[in-house]
Amino acid sequence: MSDIKFSDETLAVANKIIARYPEGKQKSALIPLLHLAQAEFDGWLSQASMDYVASLLKIQSIEAYEVASFYSMFNLNPVGKCLIEVCRTSSCWLRGANEVIDHIEKKLGIKEGETTADGMFTLKTVECLGSCGTAPIMMIGAQYHENLSHEMVDGILDQCKTEANRKTYLDKVVVDKY
Amino acid sequence: MGKKILLAHDHVPGIQGYQVYRENGGYASVEKAIKTMTSEALVEEVKKSGLRGRGGAGFPTGMKWGFLAKPEGVPRYLVCNADESEPGTFKDRYLMSRIPHILVEGMITSSFALGVNTAYIYIRGEYYYVLNILEKAIEEAYANGWLGKNILGSGYNLDLYVHVGAGAYICGEETALLESLEGKRGNPRIKPPFPAIAGLYGCPTVVNNVETLAAVPFIVNNGGDAYAAVGIGKSAGTKLISASGHINKPGVYEIEMGITVEDFIYSDEYCGGILNGKKLKAVVAGGSSVPILPADKILTLASGEKRLMSYESLADGGFGGGTMLGSGGFIVMDETTSIVENLFTFARFYHHESCGQCSPCREGTAWMEKILHKIMDGHGTLADIDLLWEIQAKIEGNTICPLGDAAAWPVASAIRHFRSEFEEYVKNPNSIKKVKHYNNMHNLETA
Repeated sequence: MSDIKFSDETLAVANKIIARYPEGKQKSALIPLLHLAQAEFDGWLSQASMDYVASLLKIQSIEAYEVASFYSMFNLNPVGKCLIEVCRTSSCWLRGANEVIDHIEKKLGIKEGETTADGMFTLKTVECLGSCGTAPIMMIGAQYHENLSHEMVDGILDQCKTEANRKTYLDKVVVDKY
Repeated sequence: MGKKILLAHDHVPGIQGYQVYRENGGYASVEKAIKTMTSEALVEEVKKSGLRGRGGAGFPTGMKWGFLAKPEGVPRYLVCNADESEPGTFKDRYLMSRIPHILVEGMITSSFALGVNTAYIYIRGEYYYVLNILEKAIEEAYANGWLGKNILGSGYNLDLYVHVGAGAYICGEETALLESLEGKRGNPRIKPPFPAIAGLYGCPTVVNNVETLAAVPFIVNNGGDAYAAVGIGKSAGTKLISASGHINKPGVYEIEMGITVEDFIYSDEYCGGILNGKKLKAVVAGGSSVPILPADKILTLASGEKRLMSYESLADGGFGGGTMLGSGGFIVMDETTSIVENLFTFARFYHHESCGQCSPCREGTAWMEKILHKIMDGHGTLADIDLLWEIQAKIEGNTICPLGDAAAWPVASAIRHFRSEFEEYVKNPNSIKKVKHYNNMHNLETA
């Protein structure tokens, strides 16, 4: 058994989630718990962390692997502290997504799918994020950055560099801006 | 101004919170339903309202509710489909983040009508921040006695939870959603049995879209007839339209069904016309899956009448000359848009999102992306255009779930209406603007 395990605080959250499903159906909590694991264990799912989640749910490890490998938000390889996810589907493409991706590639000196040498940024292109009316858009952690200009991208990425914490989907973000 | 049912209060300051929502008439439908109505009467009102599923299929909601099996001693479930992932669609995100309590209220009233004691909201993983908003609203509903044990002293119990996905378009298909909610890969199930008979954990289950459930409070408060009086014909009520692309005012608009497409695109109340004064070239009217139509066909029916924003009018002309209302994801393209390149983004999308279960879809979507890539790179032949046509025709109708059809229709319609553009790419490869293609196959998702 590896020594990977949740903090007491995260374990309490995990147990609360497991209790939402009927007796004997605790496997339902698999995706939510994999999210907790990815956020807590360096932004990706190692075999050890998937084994740990499986053990919490009393399911076989393979059941966690097959789910983790199906869903695009689960990273099965290490990623930078800021995973930049840029939407590339129709509406975003119409409003300049390819140019945003080009701009980020140039700025960071990496290609789509790569991580900067300092481990700060990974650039990933993704399918429709449901923000077509505020295209182009990128997501970093839980935060949607909408109506992007290249200047905005610069500002956001420079800001990321000054922040110590890894960005995760579980981050609490400011939302009310309609 | 058209009638507002869902977004009547969306700009009231503080409407996200319980207090303001309640002061604006919130939770009245729960009181009315639980204190004065039977579940049969509630289902009857929803049937009378003519409400149709707002996720894209447009199936009558009351009929779906009527199919729910009610065997003794077996739990039933209500699951809200908040996996909004159809390219061009972002209405549910707006509704949930702006007025989360309208969904919570709709789910409580609907659960009571269906005799459900446990309900889930399945939300796509990318909307994690919206999950936090919903959880806060649910907490407030519990604290004020609208959820939990013995609601309003009636003896009725209901628990409501949010369940998060992790990035998979296919989980918007209701049986894939249920698989995912059970902690599995999102592979659609073979139907029958339908979820109404054997859904979540094999129990009778209703799966409804966010916007559908959010319409229930109005129907219960005002009666099914009041809802049916809004809209046009079998397109009752209002519809949230997500407007994006080359328009002056992208955003979510609640329209009364029956306004003209022309009015929707050009009026300042809605899209405000085409960006930078350009001309309209094409519209994808109901999310990426529905047939694309050129400007003349989206604005005008074959009869010469103006096309309307309704299920029937958008479908007028069949697949040869019409399209579908779908999810209401309205993507507008100006005269400079390459239809081929736009189609490539759709083809890449469906290839990425195919679950891989059925070979026509798994293999076909990959081939369609590859061939479009080849054409865009200037290496296409006229035979490739025919091959694309053949592949889409072999996917359509030959898969377990509708993702196959959804992948085929954009290809078929783009070739049907814009074949000359594909031919231009083939005949004049040197005139093609060299574009970069971001492919699917990066290494982050696979070990």
